[in-house]
Amino acid sequence: MATIAETKDFAIRQATIALVGNPNTGKSTLFGALAGIRQRVGNYPGVTVEKKLGQMNHAGRKFQLIDLPGTYSLAPRSLDEMVAVDVLLGRRGDVSPVDAVICIVDASNLERNLYLVSQVLAMGLPTVIALNMMDVARTRGLAIDVDRLSRQLGVTVVPIEAHRRRGLDDLKQAVLAALDQPVAGRPSPFPEQFESEVDALAALSSTTAAAPRYLTERLLLDTTGYLAHELTHGDQRAAGQIAAARQRLADAGLPVPAVEAMARYGWVAQTLAGVVSRPSQRPVTLSDRIDRVLTHRVWGTLFFALVMLAMFQSVFVWAGPAMDWIDGLMGAAGEMIGAWLPEGPLRSLLIDGVIGGFGSVLVFLPQIFILFFFISVLEDCGYMARAAFLMDKLMSRVGLSGKSFIPLLSSFACAVPGVMATRVIENRRDRLTTILVAPLMSCSARLPVYTVLIAAFIPDRAWLAGVLSLQGLTLTAMYLLGIVVAVGMAILLKRSLLKGPTPPFVMELPSYKLPSPGTVLHRMADRGWAFVRRAGTLIVAVSIVVWALLYFPRSEAVTQPLADRLAATKAEMNLPDLTTEQLTHLRAEAAALDREFSGIQQRQSYLGRMGRFIEPVVRPLGWDWRIGCAVIASFPAREVVVATLGVIYNLGSELDVAADADRTQLAAALQQAKWDDSERPVYNVPVALSIMVFFALCAQCAATLAVIRRETNSWFWPTFTFVYMTSLAYLAALVTYQVGIRLAS
Amino acid sequence: MMRLAELPVGQSARVCSIAGVDELSIRLMEMGLTPGVEIRAVGKAPLGDPLEFELRGYRLSVRRQEAGRVEIEPLT
Repeated sequence: MATIAETKDFAIRQATIALVGNPNTGKSTLFGALAGIRQRVGNYPGVTVEKKLGQMNHAGRKFQLIDLPGTYSLAPRSLDEMVAVDVLLGRRGDVSPVDAVICIVDASNLERNLYLVSQVLAMGLPTVIALNMMDVARTRGLAIDVDRLSRQLGVTVVPIEAHRRRGLDDLKQAVLAALDQPVAGRPSPFPEQFESEVDALAALSSTTAAAPRYLTERLLLDTTGYLAHELTHGDQRAAGQIAAARQRLADAGLPVPAVEAMARYGWVAQTLAGVVSRPSQRPVTLSDRIDRVLTHRVWGTLFFALVMLAMFQSVFVWAGPAMDWIDGLMGAAGEMIGAWLPEGPLRSLLIDGVIGGFGSVLVFLPQIFILFFFISVLEDCGYMARAAFLMDKLMSRVGLSGKSFIPLLSSFACAVPGVMATRVIENRRDRLTTILVAPLMSCSARLPVYTVLIAAFIPDRAWLAGVLSLQGLTLTAMYLLGIVVAVGMAILLKRSLLKGPTPPFVMELPSYKLPSPGTVLHRMADRGWAFVRRAGTLIVAVSIVVWALLYFPRSEAVTQPLADRLAATKAEMNLPDLTTEQLTHLRAEAAALDREFSGIQQRQSYLGRMGRFIEPVVRPLGWDWRIGCAVIASFPAREVVVATLGVIYNLGSELDVAADADRTQLAAALQQAKWDDSERPVYNVPVALSIMVFFALCAQCAATLAVIRRETNSWFWPTFTFVYMTSLAYLAALVTYQVGIRLAS
Repeated sequence: MMRLAELPVGQSARVCSIAGVDELSIRLMEMGLTPGVEIRAVGKAPLGDPLEFELRGYRLSVRRQEAGRVEIEPLT
């Protein structure tokens, strides 16, 4: 008796439909149109491939929809590429077996798209072809005989326009019909001799006999050795058989791996016979004319620079107000709770821990939205591939490809969306290298740290009528430091931990089209939501831990006298007949006492104690325990260091570094700070530089680490990032201080 | 025999063979660079590399070094 999982009666079991297709065919748009907002995004365990599930409804029935990563070929050469093949062959326990396939193809590019179709048909599943971009085909003067294509393919072909949501009902209806029909025998595109070699290989052992025929074929074709390792586990006898079979095929004029491309493209030519009629002279399309300008040596480079500048400026200019607004909203929420709850640990936990934590998650959203607005537009209109094309030569000098440029550039605004943007890089080693060096780019959160310390300690000197200033040069040096170290690290990583053959740079340059607003908006929302849901919890947790370290222990013996004085001052403020002058004076006194209270509490908290404990470690950097303490407290986000220093020096936590007055106040406090045991000032130029260098290179950003954890689907890489960046930051700060102090004396 | 990397911009050629059996040569063949196919050099990136080609009705970009793997016969 068949189990529910095996039954073909889809009234009992929900059918699972897989969506496959080449990149740049509108596959994501189609998935969005079919699944609507009912989507679930996760990761396949052990790989970096995203698992995207959705639900499709048609004729009162529900289908599960799986979106497989866009690919040109189902020839797995790595664990990541194996996922799609395993899903289609029903070899993954975490996904229900696939009952039917929708294969989306680009009508304007049928020849190359049918290569993948030929592999999909070999899976033996009910298949429907969604023929997208008929409009583009028309502008190229191509006429496609859809019925004939359908007949010659042996499966239903449905013309659709995914971004206009046209043809979707017909597509769903065709899927429904295909599910209930037996799959007709499909002739193999391969020559007979190849097929008999596959038969012989299948009969070889129990492992190869149990493998689906498609995989046995691949075993014979895969000269990279990946599948041999996966399927036969390095079995010497099998390796010998495969080598002998390849030799026989080569002698017969069917050399592996070329035989596959020749056989499949031969099949494509047969299938397309009489289907596409094209004009004798290929018309020069608008896309061609645009491309001539955009890849031009001068105009193309200029346009690229302008686009990048616009993207970058927008993140800085537009994200600012939105971030302030979120800050304000969180502040208001804190005040509301503050008015409700009495003073105590619960109130502090909710306001400083929970709301503060949520605030530090939400505050990234404007940058993510703006950056992904640009990235989605660039990707959807076809310019993204050109950007990689233009920048490839430059990036190949550090062992990466042009696809790493935009993620790295984005990281100057914020590493969080930068790391998320690395998804366009399909090579795993290139993608990891880019992720690992992205946080070295000086992001906008480092700016307040640089600004305060530069304003306080770097002399305001200028040359050449103010064009060159020492302060400006210092800031530039910090940005350059990040870039130089990133270049060095990328080269080092590509030669050690992530060593491997240079991945091929074989990239389609899709034709230009107008981006579809729906796709762009959807991508923005998708990225934002993914960040909040997957990285947010981790960030909130870290914020709560740091809050607890700062809040506990409460020592009343130390703080009681101050608390009493504060209560007395507040009581005095309620006295009748106070002059405005007296009231102002009392208010100032209360505020000063409050700040002193926070300062004392922080110094004797666990975090303060940790700061004192690690003082021997940070002393060689020229830091006292207060700076050490501020560095630990700024683990969730590096810009917090400014506020923490403010509290330590009794200035309160509400310092606004964007305000000149506050900045001057903090700078003055820093300049007056003395070592505990002497009158020697703590801060001087070498100390300030050592702190800046540390923050330029350190990984003090829980959000970045959380997003690396999410994108790599492992704890190893965020840990590695934290360890290597902190070590580098420490060493560089050490050298800066030790050299600086010797030069100064 | 001429290599694809040497094909002047604007000229067409017919692919003869692709050297090697590694991932790169498989990728090139999957993308449609099979013996006999016609290919045209469209342009190159501002820094001289990679190169842009047209084949089977679409545009493909490959690095100069990778295009050196492909043997061609120019069409006049």
